[in-house]
Amino acid sequence: MTHDVIAWFRDPDHWRGAGGVPTLLGQHALLTLVSMVLATAVGLPLALWLGHRRRGGTFAVNLTNVGRAIPIVALLSVLSLGLFGTAELGPFGRSGLATLVTLALFALPPIVTNTYTGMTEVDADVVEAARGMGMGELELLRRVELPLAMPLIVSGIRLAVVQVWATATIAALVAGPGLGRIIVHGYESFQTAEVVAGSLIVAVVALFLELTLALVQKLMDPLPAGSR
Amino acid sequence: MLASVAPASSDNCLTRNDWICGKYYSSRAGDLTDALVQHVGIVVVSVLLGLAVAVPLALLARRYRKLEGVIVGTTTALYTIPSLALFSLLVPVTGLGVTTVVIGLGLYSLTILVRNILEGLRAVPADVRESALGMGYAARRMLWRVEVPLALPAIMAGLRVATVSTVALTTVGAILDYGGLGDLLVDGTRTNFKAQVLATSVLCVLLAVVLDLLLVGLQRLLTPWTRTEAAR
Repeated sequence: MTHDVIAWFRDPDHWRGAGGVPTLLGQHALLTLVSMVLATAVGLPLALWLGHRRRGGTFAVNLTNVGRAIPIVALLSVLSLGLFGTAELGPFGRSGLATLVTLALFALPPIVTNTYTGMTEVDADVVEAARGMGMGELELLRRVELPLAMPLIVSGIRLAVVQVWATATIAALVAGPGLGRIIVHGYESFQTAEVVAGSLIVAVVALFLELTLALVQKLMDPLPAGSR
Repeated sequence: MLASVAPASSDNCLTRNDWICGKYYSSRAGDLTDALVQHVGIVVVSVLLGLAVAVPLALLARRYRKLEGVIVGTTTALYTIPSLALFSLLVPVTGLGVTTVVIGLGLYSLTILVRNILEGLRAVPADVRESALGMGYAARRMLWRVEVPLALPAIMAGLRVATVSTVALTTVGAILDYGGLGDLLVDGTRTNFKAQVLATSVLCVLLAVVLDLLLVGLQRLLTPWTRTEAAR
């Protein structure tokens, strides 16, 4: 088994061309990046606003549960058969767009929930003190709440990035782009070594992303460990 | 592709490839039922498997503090492995079949189940435990007669989340041709068969809702004393 996997990695054919690892890795990274940007652009301001007003907690929590319940394959399938959009969107047409939208929706719950929790966990006394110092709402958000909530916000983004990266493999089930193609091809041709090789690449990068973002999270903490 | 499904020449919702198509439901009711039955079977077996493993793990974690970090950490780490990759990594061990799907999904449900069982047991008030001890309850009897019943709301909450997310995740089993409704979903997407994709998606969501409601009902039956509280 191990031998077959190593042989797969050493085959130069797996490293070039449209189906090669670098191309697929690029597609996978682009998918993850774009869907994260979309999800953050929508989810972050929403959660910051809700958290600042300290309202909508039930919404934030329920969003996570709904997120878990969404059959991602179903969403991907319905979207890729085109509830909207056209087939002329890049080389992967609707499957590419469907994957983007699905992944962005998938990334929303952890971003919203963590940001909201981070904002509401900012000490009410601190907020009151800042108000007493004459800070306006926007200044309060920017200079007090946001920095204090930052570790949890980054942790939500980190969770979302890793999940999106990993889930992007499912795109290949509906003929979408990314590293999932290697895994799906392996399954379809009953080549276990190829399935394992593809999964390994996804897992190693996921681990790298996880560790890098954990570091970022640590650096973003205005109150280093021990002072809380 | 679709012409073979419907009588040629006739103009109906199958040949037009509509999203909603009564002819599809009637002509493929058998396929849909089979897929639904397989889906339910996979979900039930996986969650029961998860529960059977989660209970002893949670008890171990509670009994031995040192093990707690390891058990909670490992089950949490499992959840971060992508479903497709988890199935792939199990393939060399369990083969290209339904076993891989069931074990993979069972492993996923562990995260939530272990956590909720532990939390539930922890939340049993210390004085309740003390009174039971004073009444002469031995450890095992106390666990099953006092602690587990009191922890039931938390355990059932975990079971609900685990079940609902397993319904969704089962579709990924389509990669191994054991995805229940997921098989029809993927097949429908590949052949551009809209009626099939929409029908199976809706069934999938409905199944999650129905199983969730059943578990809420079960919880009410098992914990009559909480009936006045809102279900969480």
